[in-house]
Amino acid sequence: MLKAFMARLRQGYRTGKFPSAPPVLPDRFAGRPEVFPEKVSDEARNTCPVAAISESGRIDLGRCIFCGKCAKVCPEGIRFTEEYRLGAFSHEALTVPGVDPWQESSNPELRKLCGKSFKIRQVSAGGCAACELDFNVLNTLAWDIGRFGIQVVASPRHADALLVTGPVSDNMRLALEKTYNAMPKPSFVIAGGACAISGGLYGEGTTAGGVESILPVDMYVPGCPPHPAVMLEALLRLIAYR
Amino acid sequence: MKNFLKLKNCSAVKVETLPVLPFAEFRQTLIESTGKGKCRVSAFFPLQKSSETFLCALLIDPEEHSLYCALSPVGNSFLSLTPEAPVFHWFERELFEKYGIKAEGHPWLKPIRKADGEYFTMAGDAVNEVAVGPVHAGVIEPGHFRFQCMGEKVYSLEISLGYQSRGVEKLLEGKYSSRTLPLFESAAGDTAAAAATGACALIEALSGTVISERAQQIRAILIELERVANHTGDLGALAGDVAYLPTASFCGRIRGEYLNMTAEICGNRFGRNCIIPGGVRYDIEPARCEKLLAHLRRVNPELKHALDLMFDSPTVLDRFENTGSVSLETARSIGLVGPAGRASGVKLDLRYDLPSGAYKNSAPKQAPCGAGDVLSRAKVRYHEIFASLEFIEKTLIDLAQGELCTPCITALQPDSIAFSLTEAWRGELCQIIVTDTQGNIDQCRIVDPSFHNWFGLAMALRNEEISNFPICNKSFNLSYCGHDL
Repeated sequence: MLKAFMARLRQGYRTGKFPSAPPVLPDRFAGRPEVFPEKVSDEARNTCPVAAISESGRIDLGRCIFCGKCAKVCPEGIRFTEEYRLGAFSHEALTVPGVDPWQESSNPELRKLCGKSFKIRQVSAGGCAACELDFNVLNTLAWDIGRFGIQVVASPRHADALLVTGPVSDNMRLALEKTYNAMPKPSFVIAGGACAISGGLYGEGTTAGGVESILPVDMYVPGCPPHPAVMLEALLRLIAYR
Repeated sequence: MKNFLKLKNCSAVKVETLPVLPFAEFRQTLIESTGKGKCRVSAFFPLQKSSETFLCALLIDPEEHSLYCALSPVGNSFLSLTPEAPVFHWFERELFEKYGIKAEGHPWLKPIRKADGEYFTMAGDAVNEVAVGPVHAGVIEPGHFRFQCMGEKVYSLEISLGYQSRGVEKLLEGKYSSRTLPLFESAAGDTAAAAATGACALIEALSGTVISERAQQIRAILIELERVANHTGDLGALAGDVAYLPTASFCGRIRGEYLNMTAEICGNRFGRNCIIPGGVRYDIEPARCEKLLAHLRRVNPELKHALDLMFDSPTVLDRFENTGSVSLETARSIGLVGPAGRASGVKLDLRYDLPSGAYKNSAPKQAPCGAGDVLSRAKVRYHEIFASLEFIEKTLIDLAQGELCTPCITALQPDSIAFSLTEAWRGELCQIIVTDTQGNIDQCRIVDPSFHNWFGLAMALRNEEISNFPICNKSFNLSYCGHDL
C-alpha cells in the first residue's frame, strides 16, 4: 500500500493544462487547412484519396483524412495549419473556406437539459478502431474528461448523447439503431471521425457511408482519427462548458 | 516442403512460376508440414488463373527462415484439412463464406464474418448461456460472445465477429492509387505502421524499388513505437481489470507519451501518412532525434516504475497466474502468433525468422517464452516493451545517412504475386497482392494476426471462471476490424 502511495508521488500530477491553455500539439500536426480555392489544382483534387476537394476547390473536412497529399502537390492552394478547433454543429460548417465552425452556437436545448452532467454512450460501427482509441484517451488522467462532468456510460438508457465512430457497416446498422432507440429522448448524436461523418475511406464499401443517413447528427468531429484535443474541444463547445 | 516454391519475404514472382501440385499431394504436404508445429500456415486462399480456381497456400518454416508457396486446382469443393490439421479451420470457414468453396468434412463451416444466429449450445437444466455484444459496455469495437456456463464456469466460448466488416480487400482492388496505402493502414487502425511497412514492401517488390537504409530504420522505429504504445496500454488495462488502479492510471497516460512520439515524427499519433512506397515522407532530423531521445529517456523509467509496481503486487499476480492458460500443444495446433503465441512457447517472431527492412541488421532482444497464462502474456509484453525501447534508442543514435524516399514507380509488374510478412505488435501480419495483365491489383489479401488468435482466446476461456473473461481478453487484446476487414 505504501509503495502505491510513493508511486503516486513519484509519477506526479500529469493532467494537461487544456482548456485553460492551448493543447500541446506536434509541429507536424495537420489541423484545419487554409484553402485558396482559385489556386487549388486539378492534381490536388485528383490526389485526394477520399474525394474531399470539390470542383470549386473547397475541402469538405467531413471527408478529409488529413493525409496532406493535396498540400504537398499544391502548396500554393492548400496549407494545413495547427488549428485544432475542427468540430462543427452542421455539415455545411465543415467546408473550407467557409464559416469558422467555432463561432456557431451549440444546441440550447442540450445545454439546458444536460447542465453540468453530460453522459455519452459510444458505438463503434465498422471503423478501424483508431477513433475509439483516441476517444478513450480522454478518460485517462492526461485529459480527465470527468473534470468537465463528461462521463462515458455503459448503458444507452443512461446516456444523453451517442458518439458514433465508423462508417456504419451493414452488419452494425441494426445494433446502432437499437442503441439509439434505447436512449431516453431527447438525445443527441455526435459523429466522430471522417468515417462516421461521410464514410471516409469506406463510403463505397459494405457500409452506410456515415451515420447521417441513419440518425440526425448534432455534432461533427472531423479527423482520421480526431486528435484527443480536437474531440475534447468539440465536446466542451457542445455542452457550452465555461 | 517438396515441390513447393521457396520464396523470400517481401518479394514478387510471376503467378505462372508458382508450382501446381495435384490436390492429394498438396494436402498431404500441408498436413505433414504443419502437423508437428514445424511450419505454420500464413495464408490459404483461392487464386484465379486462366479462369480456373486454385488454392494457394503460403507457409513459413521458422527454423529454416524460409517461406514456401504452392497451388493446387480445386473446383467448388475439396477434402477438408481441418480434421487432420486444425490450423486450417478458420481459413476453410472463410473460403466457404467468401467464395463458396466447400471444405468437405470440416466440422462446422459457419461464417466467420456474419452472425447467422446459430450458436453452439449445451443441453441441460443447469446450463446457463451468457450473450454479450455486439455493443459492449466500454468504448471498444463490436463483437458477439456466447458463453456456455454451469454456474461460474465457462465450458465453451464462441466468438462471433463480422460487425466491423467494411470490404477492405475489395476496395483495394483496381489501379494502385493514393487510396491504396490509407486502406492498408486502416485495416486495423492500431497497427498502421506495420501495415504500411508491409504494404509498401509489396509495392516496392512489384515495382523493383530499393529503399535507403535510413528509410528502413525510420519505418522500424515507427513499428516499435507502435508496439510499445499498444503493449503499455494493454498492461495498464490489465491492471485496471483487476482493479489495480495505480498502474492502470499511469499506463493510460504513458501510452499517450509514446503516441505523441510517433506524432512528433509524422504528425499523426498512429503513424499514418508517413510510410510511403519508396521510403518515408518525414525525416528525423538531428534536432528532432535529440528531442525524441530526451523524451524517451524521461518516459521509459516512468513506465518501468509503473509496470514493476504491478508485477510486484501479490494481489495482481494472484489474479494473473494460472488464469486463461493456453498450452503449447493447443497454441501450435491452432496456429497462435505474436506475443500470445510466444507466451505459450511458440517461438515465432518474424523480426528474426523472416527479417525484412531494418530488422535484417538488428532487431530487439527476444523475450523469454512463458507458460501460456495471462501472467505469461503480460510478461512477454513487458519484456518486448523494453527490448523495443532499447532498439528505438539505438536506431535513433545510429540513423544511417541516405535518401528519405527513392522515386517509386507505381506501375506494378503484371501477372505477379507479391508477399510480405511483418511482425506487427499482435504478431504475424501477412499481406498479398496479385496483379492482373495490366498491372492493376487483381486481388488483395490481408491476414491480420487476430485472424489466427481469436480462437486462442476462446480456448483460454475453457474451464475458466466467467469473471476472468476481461483479463483473458485484455491479455490478447485482439483486433475486430483487422479480422473483419
